[in-house]
Amino acid sequence: MADLVNKFLPNVVANWEGDNGFVVAIWQTLYMTFVSALFAGIIGIILGILLVVTADDGITPHKTFYTCLDKLVNLFRSIPFIILLAVIGPFTKLIVGQTIGPTGALVPLVIGTAPFFARQVQLALVEVDHGVIEAAEAIGLSPIKIIFRVYLREGLPELIRSGTLTIISLIGLTAMAGAVGGGGLGNMAISVGYQRFENDVTIVSMLFILVLVFVIQGLGDFAVRKLEH
Amino acid sequence: MAEQNGIIQLKDIDVTFHNEGKTIEAVKDVSINVNKGDVFGVIGYSGAGKSTLVRVINLLQKPTSGTVVVNDQNLTQLSAKDLRKARRNIGMIFQHFNLMNSLTVYGNVDFPLRDSGLSKAERKQKIDKLLDIVGLSDRAKNYPSQLSGGQKQRVAIARALANDPEILISDEATSALDPKTTTEILNLLGRLNEELGITIVIITHEMDAIKQVCNRVAVMENGELIEEGSLLSIFGNPKQQLTKDFVNTSTHIGSVLDEIRSSGIVDKLSGRLIELNYIGDSTNEPIVVELYKRFQVEANILFSNIERLQSTTVGIMLFALTGDDDKVEQAIQYLNSLKVNVKEISLKKEGE
Repeated sequence: MADLVNKFLPNVVANWEGDNGFVVAIWQTLYMTFVSALFAGIIGIILGILLVVTADDGITPHKTFYTCLDKLVNLFRSIPFIILLAVIGPFTKLIVGQTIGPTGALVPLVIGTAPFFARQVQLALVEVDHGVIEAAEAIGLSPIKIIFRVYLREGLPELIRSGTLTIISLIGLTAMAGAVGGGGLGNMAISVGYQRFENDVTIVSMLFILVLVFVIQGLGDFAVRKLEH
Repeated sequence: MAEQNGIIQLKDIDVTFHNEGKTIEAVKDVSINVNKGDVFGVIGYSGAGKSTLVRVINLLQKPTSGTVVVNDQNLTQLSAKDLRKARRNIGMIFQHFNLMNSLTVYGNVDFPLRDSGLSKAERKQKIDKLLDIVGLSDRAKNYPSQLSGGQKQRVAIARALANDPEILISDEATSALDPKTTTEILNLLGRLNEELGITIVIITHEMDAIKQVCNRVAVMENGELIEEGSLLSIFGNPKQQLTKDFVNTSTHIGSVLDEIRSSGIVDKLSGRLIELNYIGDSTNEPIVVELYKRFQVEANILFSNIERLQSTTVGIMLFALTGDDDKVEQAIQYLNSLKVNVKEISLKKEGE
């Protein structure tokens, strides 16, 4: 087995350990994915809820606020991620103190993902039966309780579905951020595999990313199945 | 609208919607007064504004103008917080049940109780009692998706009763159910009214639903309240055309009349077509025999519908009267002298 690996994947073995090795790259990818998913998730849920409740048919309609937030979300969604990385450099430095490395990638990843997730949350929560919201209002629940007990509860399977989708697209972004100095498997595939013509490194990097995607998709599907009645 | 101490008093309610430059008057200057213990029915076709009107009662729909007084409290003047408190006294059930799909039957009934301040054990006791009332004790652990429509509506009723409301609003609650289930749900509502003394407002487009449980009825058309009264007066003596249509559909006399007209049976008998309406026991007089004995007029009964509404007989009959012209005239005068409503029906189709 060891012989076989040495024979077909010589560069993978050579690049396995060390500061620029696969082990570190995998950790960097996981770090970028999950830390930015956490922050983008929180921001996205808050923005998504605000979009739903302040919309015209929401529980606390507010036209001006909704329009501004709606436009802002669209604006940030329209900026290509690779340009966003460069444009917000100074802002990134202000917040995390560096613009390169996995931590430097966090800020653009969060800003690139949060508006996308906010839209997904909005779509998920708008699907919650309006009649159930009305029933909760008739029962005498306050708007904040309706958000937590009805919207987030009834919309949970759909939220998990969009969360899964968002994390998977986030993994794609970490690869891009990696290629321009963020580290991780993306960096591994491009700056080691592609630029040094070590094709086995590129392929193995891709395989790790695929495994990560499948695991997350599987967990998401499992959770949705458990929750749906 | 004489009494002024009702548990629900809607006064001069207007509801106007503005939609893309168009103005829609959904409810126009409607006042109703529902007394404690009433089962008050609002009937009308879809789009008549009845749903909008009842949603004004708990201010799910804010009226453009007018006052809403429930339990001597002017709801339109309450703060958001006090309004939420007032809403707990008004249970509501809906056409599409509006249950939480993510919660079990038990969880759905518990839903309004979470802020009640009761302990978990007290809540359980209450939920068990409510599920027993609606006959779903064995379904507590099921999810709504595992229930039939009728069962879902029972859960919704249990949920609506959780905070011991004095008022229950039923917004087309039986419209999505089959006739047998509709009857069961209406019977349940009637029982709640009798046993718990809960005041019920039902809106529907089916006269049969009204007939089964209501003691008072309001008829709505194009946002206006066109007729209101006790069930017996509305059913036995409808005044507006729409009310008559609803009653006729319910008694099937409308379709029978069409048949009689097209079959020409009255012409064959060379007689005149008379409709009799009566409330109470005027039926006991042997009308047919009397007509023959006194005037030698033959009365062919073409149609008869007798119902018991709130333990009172309400009947409707169609006769073809045959005999000498002046004798028939006398016979009609005799009928008029009885405690019944007599109406000669034209044999021509409407509009001819």
